[in-house]
Amino acid sequence: MSFPLLTATAALPAVGAIATAAVPAKQRTAAKWLALLFSLGTLVFAAVIAARFDPGGNQFQLTESHAWITDFGVRYELGVDGIGVALIALTALLMPFVILAGWHDADPQETGSSRWRPTQGFFALILAVEAMVIVSFEATDVFVFYIFFEAMLIPMYFLIGGFGDRAGPHGEKEAATQRSYAAVKFLLYNLVGGLIMLAAVIGLYVVAGNFSLQEIVAARANGSLHMATSTERLLFLGFFFAFAVKAPLWPLHTWLPNAMGEATAPVAVLITAVVDKVGTFAMLRFCLQLFPNASKWATPAILVLALISIVYGALLAVGQRDIKRLVAYASISHFGFIIMGIFAMTSQGQSGATLYMVNHGISTAALMLVAGFLISRRGSRLIADYGGVQKVAPVLAGTFLIGGLATLSLPGLAPFVSEFLVLVGTFTRYPVIGIIATIGIVLAALYTLVLYQRTMTGPVKPSTEGIADLRVRELAVVVPLIGVLIFLGVYPKPLTDMVNPAVQHTLSDVHKKDPKPEVEAAHK
Amino acid sequence: MNTENLIALLVAAPLLGAAVLLCGGRALDRVGHLLGTLLAAVSFVIAVVLFSDLVGKSPHDRTLTQHLFSWVPVEGFQADVSFQLDQLSMTFVLLITGVGTLIHMYSIGYMEHDERRRRFFGYLNLFLAAMLLLVLADNYLLLYVGWEGVGLASYLLIGFWQHKPSAATAAKKAFLVNRVGDMGLSIAIMIMFSTFGTFAFKPVFDSVGDTSQGKLTAIGLTLLLAACGKSAQVPLQSWLGDAMEGPTPVSALIHAATMVTAGVYLIVRSGVIFNGAPDAQLATAVVGAVTLMFGAIVGCAKDDIKKALAGSTMSQIGYMVLAAGLGPVGYVFAIMHLVTHGFFKAGLFLGAGSVMHGMNDEVDMRRYGALRKYMPITFATFTLAYLAIIGFPGLSGFFSKDKIIEAAFAKGGTEGWILGITAVVGAAVTAFYMTRIMLMTFFGEKRWVPDEQGNEPHPHEAPSSMTIPMLVLAVGSVFAGGIFSLGDRFLKWLEPVTGHTEGHSPISTGAITGATVACMLIGMGVAWVMYGRRDVPALAPRGSLLTRAARRDLLQDDFNHVVLVRGGEHLTRSLVYVDHTLVDGVVNGTAASVGGLSGRLRKLQNGYVRSYAVSMFGGAAVIIAATLLMRAV
Repeated sequence: MSFPLLTATAALPAVGAIATAAVPAKQRTAAKWLALLFSLGTLVFAAVIAARFDPGGNQFQLTESHAWITDFGVRYELGVDGIGVALIALTALLMPFVILAGWHDADPQETGSSRWRPTQGFFALILAVEAMVIVSFEATDVFVFYIFFEAMLIPMYFLIGGFGDRAGPHGEKEAATQRSYAAVKFLLYNLVGGLIMLAAVIGLYVVAGNFSLQEIVAARANGSLHMATSTERLLFLGFFFAFAVKAPLWPLHTWLPNAMGEATAPVAVLITAVVDKVGTFAMLRFCLQLFPNASKWATPAILVLALISIVYGALLAVGQRDIKRLVAYASISHFGFIIMGIFAMTSQGQSGATLYMVNHGISTAALMLVAGFLISRRGSRLIADYGGVQKVAPVLAGTFLIGGLATLSLPGLAPFVSEFLVLVGTFTRYPVIGIIATIGIVLAALYTLVLYQRTMTGPVKPSTEGIADLRVRELAVVVPLIGVLIFLGVYPKPLTDMVNPAVQHTLSDVHKKDPKPEVEAAHK
Repeated sequence: MNTENLIALLVAAPLLGAAVLLCGGRALDRVGHLLGTLLAAVSFVIAVVLFSDLVGKSPHDRTLTQHLFSWVPVEGFQADVSFQLDQLSMTFVLLITGVGTLIHMYSIGYMEHDERRRRFFGYLNLFLAAMLLLVLADNYLLLYVGWEGVGLASYLLIGFWQHKPSAATAAKKAFLVNRVGDMGLSIAIMIMFSTFGTFAFKPVFDSVGDTSQGKLTAIGLTLLLAACGKSAQVPLQSWLGDAMEGPTPVSALIHAATMVTAGVYLIVRSGVIFNGAPDAQLATAVVGAVTLMFGAIVGCAKDDIKKALAGSTMSQIGYMVLAAGLGPVGYVFAIMHLVTHGFFKAGLFLGAGSVMHGMNDEVDMRRYGALRKYMPITFATFTLAYLAIIGFPGLSGFFSKDKIIEAAFAKGGTEGWILGITAVVGAAVTAFYMTRIMLMTFFGEKRWVPDEQGNEPHPHEAPSSMTIPMLVLAVGSVFAGGIFSLGDRFLKWLEPVTGHTEGHSPISTGAITGATVACMLIGMGVAWVMYGRRDVPALAPRGSLLTRAARRDLLQDDFNHVVLVRGGEHLTRSLVYVDHTLVDGVVNGTAASVGGLSGRLRKLQNGYVRSYAVSMFGGAAVIIAATLLMRAV
């Protein structure tokens, strides 16, 4: 038996979580370094996955399969396609930076916190989330996926509710209440989604007799498994609802600004850059492949909702006064693009959507983590409390601007490639929707540049005078992320080469072909 | 070594400069400006080498290509990083690197006392790299990268003095208005891809004949929208005046000579598409004609020397867009005017910068006067550029503008008359506002006042690092047009790329030239009566309704403010409210009616610790219940 690489990649952060939690209370620094080490180890494993993955090979590779609950045909089945590899790489890549950025977020405060070993707990929870997210990207058994999709809510809940920024103007008690509300809202929204999905998972078992994605897809393709139209649609909706809450899609998005606003910046990055991607990833993997006909049936409605997300999220971002909530609404707009790309059902749309997931993760991490550094200096999330920061902290302002430019998809940076692919891929099939979505281009520039203008330019305010520039640890977080943004903007080929075949598999499962260009242009 | 391998170096040299200057630390402060200027000059030298290589080839074999790497390969979608150098891009490359190098040199002196000079040169290098990418790309998507790259450089440079709120606002405005244009470019590329399956120049142009006129019109109009944004044409012109917040060398290079002409490049480059879309062509010509009047009128009313020149830039680019909208009759002349304008407008801006340099950064022309005695070189070069722009016979602007006016008449029919007469009247207004600038700045009595700190201005000539570029540009302003027209050199050079048909105007070319010169003299005369013979009041008189409107950019900003800014604020504010109460409320309420969640949600807020316990239990219970349920099914 070969080495179970996929299991090992998920198990490593899980072991790391236990080890970090077990570090004695006084050894806080050791716990941090241990967590960082485990996240780096996971990154190495992820790199090995990417290296051993053969884009030209089978759809699912590095597969593992073991009987688990034999009575109900639940198997512990893992396997990755190019899309999974890309997202595992994203997760493993971001995690060391999340840990490094949150280095001091869980230090006990002088006032004497009653929390039990907050530092160890914080980093252990982050690693636990990483482990569960990675399994979600690997699982090809619906039940295994469901377990981890739901289980990651628990560590996330504690991360949101238990750790926040320095108390705002209304004191620690009010801040704790807000945090608690955000955490509970996050949990309840996602639990409701999860419960509905659970019903659909059970329904799928009743119809198909097992949980294996590959078996069900094969059985549907060769006709041995027939699904009534209404059954397929109901099951599809059950799955889709859970993913749409997670993603989040308008109008199920309102938990995200609360959660991202109240959580510390690294945890906010964890939510939007990593955990939420499980939702859009699962749409591609489970909704489209298990229920191709229902997916096509629901496409018009979903595209409209995605379009609303794009414009609505961007407009709401323009109206925000809180830096972190602004980034949250921007993310809602971006998730609209991702979902639009997935359901446009074209090669460009889906490759673009997959790239978008990766690029959005990195660009939001860059913007949000710098915003977090800024907020930690001044203790306020309100845009109005800043001004003229570029004068006192030019490097901080510069990196913030680059993060912002990535968020508005400036050509030359990675998000441009994915956003344009999504737009083109949508336009070839749905021109009107594609054209309306370009409004997002203008609005993204508006919310990003207004944010930059109000916080970074103008005369230095008395309240921003003492703001220090980025420290070495913070530079170590931001500079590599910017490097990746530039590299993937100039040379995304390694990523597209990996993703393209997986997208072709998905599209052939849905029986969709790209629209042919009107004029078969004379290629050289 | 094959010369085509040099093309990438054109872009790489300034890009390297930008990277080094922007990432390098304070250690580079002392040499940063020299390094930046050197790399711009390297790029210019490479351009000259490539030019001599092209000239040595036969006219129809003057296209060099260089393929670097496959950029975004996705099933059915092929975007490459590859370059195409032909006569059209070569013309731009020489203009960009030539004027660019001169303005780098000028900036050494102009920005001497700015502590962030290294960064300024980094941005200038970034601009050069992006602009060269724009004109060298062999496909629209790569062009888009350059297109946005110059937008970014423009944003950074307009807002270079970020501590001034007006500069930061102007930078943001420029970027946003340009983004509206970018929507057009995005949509144009999307239509191209769905129609042709590609957006590379050659295959698109080769298959234009196989598609419907409707598709071509759609592509043409969206490209026109893009051009309007970048080239400050009506209705997307509002950003250019504010862009004068940037340092003056920036106004000269980016907001006069090169970047703002990118829209003209886009239209002429896409000439094959426009040729198949007469409606889009007419729209282009109308936009050009409207803008040439709009900019000229605004230019007449401004007392800020840079804003007056900005109005003039708008107007002159209007001439180019008008010419480009006339099709093969006008393409060559659009580009010819673009190049001569590059010389004299850059010269005018550098002259204005020199004046400001000597006048404690004063920009109000009502506080100038009599400067010809104090700044002889600036006065001389400014005068030559002035004569060139108003189309004084024999100077550069005369040749290029005259050709555009002829081509406009040659369009024929009522359209031809309207466009032609507009262009002639525009020449009169141009002469008026430029003479006004001349008189208010260099003639009359001195009207200087101490600045806010009480420093009396001591006007003096600028250092030679600033005057040499001005002198070089003055030479271009005088001779470029004549050299280009001699034996139709420029026409023969560009024709293989853009195509050319001779226009037949309903009236003789002699009559048109005569009318244009007469109009020019009238404009000069009126200006002399108003500003030369009489004293210029130090405070602006109230003025007529039109004057007051023109001072406010013909109220377009007020319109934008009321409709877009105010309206937008109301929209986003109400949406924030709706999101908070309605969307959140409805979703929570639905959940509540299903499972009484909202009540629990409220209760949970009260206790910090309790909420932990309850929710953890809730989460764990669901997972366990799920597993158990599965066993029971």
